Amino acid sequence: MLKKRIIPCLDIKNGKVVKGICFENLKEVGNPATLAKRYEMQNADEIVFLDISATEEEREILKEIIEEAASTLSIPLTVGGGIRSLEDFRMILRAGADKVSINSAAIQNSELIQEAAKEFGTQCVVVAIDAKRMGNDFKVFCSGGKINTGKNLVEWAIECERLGAGEILLTSMDRDGTKNGYDIEMLEAVCQNVRIPVIASGGCGSMENIVEVFQKTKCDAALVASLFHYGEVTVNQVKEELEKNKIKVRRAV
Amino acid sequence: MIAIIDYQLGNVKSIQNAMERLEIPYIVTNQKEEIQKANGIILPGVGTFAAAMKNLKNLDLISILKERKDEGIPILGICLGMQILFETGYEVAKVDGLGFLQGKVEKIETEEKLPHMGWNELYFSKENVFQKTIKEGSDVYFVHSYMAKPFEDDVIAYAIYGENRIPAIVGRRNVLGCQFHPEKSGKIGEKILRTWKEMLK
Repeated sequence: MLKKRIIPCLDIKNGKVVKGICFENLKEVGNPATLAKRYEMQNADEIVFLDISATEEEREILKEIIEEAASTLSIPLTVGGGIRSLEDFRMILRAGADKVSINSAAIQNSELIQEAAKEFGTQCVVVAIDAKRMGNDFKVFCSGGKINTGKNLVEWAIECERLGAGEILLTSMDRDGTKNGYDIEMLEAVCQNVRIPVIASGGCGSMENIVEVFQKTKCDAALVASLFHYGEVTVNQVKEELEKNKIKVRRAV
Repeated sequence: MIAIIDYQLGNVKSIQNAMERLEIPYIVTNQKEEIQKANGIILPGVGTFAAAMKNLKNLDLISILKERKDEGIPILGICLGMQILFETGYEVAKVDGLGFLQGKVEKIETEEKLPHMGWNELYFSKENVFQKTIKEGSDVYFVHSYMAKPFEDDVIAYAIYGENRIPAIVGRRNVLGCQFHPEKSGKIGEKILRTWKEMLK
C-alpha cells in the first residue's frame, strides 16, 4: 500500500536556510544540505527547497546548493522558486534535483507545464498553487500571493493535470503561517477533481493537523515547515502519531 | 568500471551520486568502446518508452547492449530503464524494446491516482538474493504510470497498488530491473544496489 508522505520544506535565500531553525547540537544550522540530510535521517520521505532569492547573484548559488544536497540525499529532492523557463528546469535537474516546482510561470505561460513534461517527464513537474477563499470560491494567486489571477482553483488544478503536471503542491494562503491547521475544504475540493497526487501545504501547527489532513482528505503528502524547523517535533514523532491513527507511513528501517 | 548509459533522457545525476556513495567506479557514456570495456551496465531513464528506444537506436547502442547481455555481464535497468528491457512497450505507440526479458509494458489500469508516486512496500514472489539484506514489506520509492507484464517466473518482487500487483524487481540470469528508484529509496535502495554490486564480482 502506498504510504502518506511527510515532506519538510526549507526556504533558501542566498544559499542559506532562512527560517529559524533550532536542532539540538547542530552548529551549521543554516546549511541546506546538512539540514536536509538531518531530516532524511529522521525518516522524511522527500525534501523541498524553496528558493526565495531576490537577485540573480543569489540564484547562482542555488545550483551549488542543489549539487551539495543531492550528493548526500538518498530520497527525492524537489526545488522550486523563481523557475521561469525550460533552461531553469534543466539547470535544476542537472544539478541533481528530482522534481521542479513551478508557480507563477505556469500561470503566465501554461505551455511551460506541457513543454517541461514532454522534455523531462511528468514525474518531475510539480505545479505549486497558492489559493485563497473568495466568497464561496477559491481563487488562484501568483507572484508570492500578491496578484489575484482570477482563476478558479479547481479549474486551474484540472488544467494543470491535463497539461502534464505530475503532482500538485497546494498552499492555502488563508492558513499559511497561522498554525491553525490545513485548509481541509480547499484541499478536498482539488483532490476530488484530479487524479494526480496532491501535497497539502499551509497552516500546519501540530501533529494533530497532519493526522487530520490525511483523515479528512485524499492528499498524498503533507508539507511541513516551522513545526520541524523549530524543533517542536521530529519527522519520526509525526509518523508515530500517524501510525497510532492507523495512517500508513514509511517507518525506520 | 560500470557504464551508466547516457541516452539523453533526463539526468543521471542521482544514479551517479548513488554510485559514489557505494564506491562503485562508473563512467557515464554512450560510446560503444566504453560499453565494451564495462563490467556492468546501468540503464537509467525517465521519459517515454518510445523516446528511450528511439534514442538508443539513433546512438546505435542496441547491438552492443545485446552483445554485452549475451556475454553475461550484470545489467540493471531502473524505472524506464527496466521497462525497455522487455519486448514491447505501448507508451505513445507500440514500440519494440530490447527484449532481454519476456513480456510487455502497458499503462497501469486502476482507479487509484496516476502516476503511482511515492513509497510502497516490496513483497517477494520467490526466493532471492535481496532477502539477505532487506525484509519483506520494506518501502521503496516509485514514480511511474506504466507497468511491466512479465513472464511470471521473472518477477522477483512486486508492490500492490489498487488491484494491481506491480512487478517491482524483475530478473533473469544477468539481467535485473527495478521499477522503483533504488537510488532514491533511502537505506533500502542502498542495500539493493549493494547486492547488485556483489554481482559485479
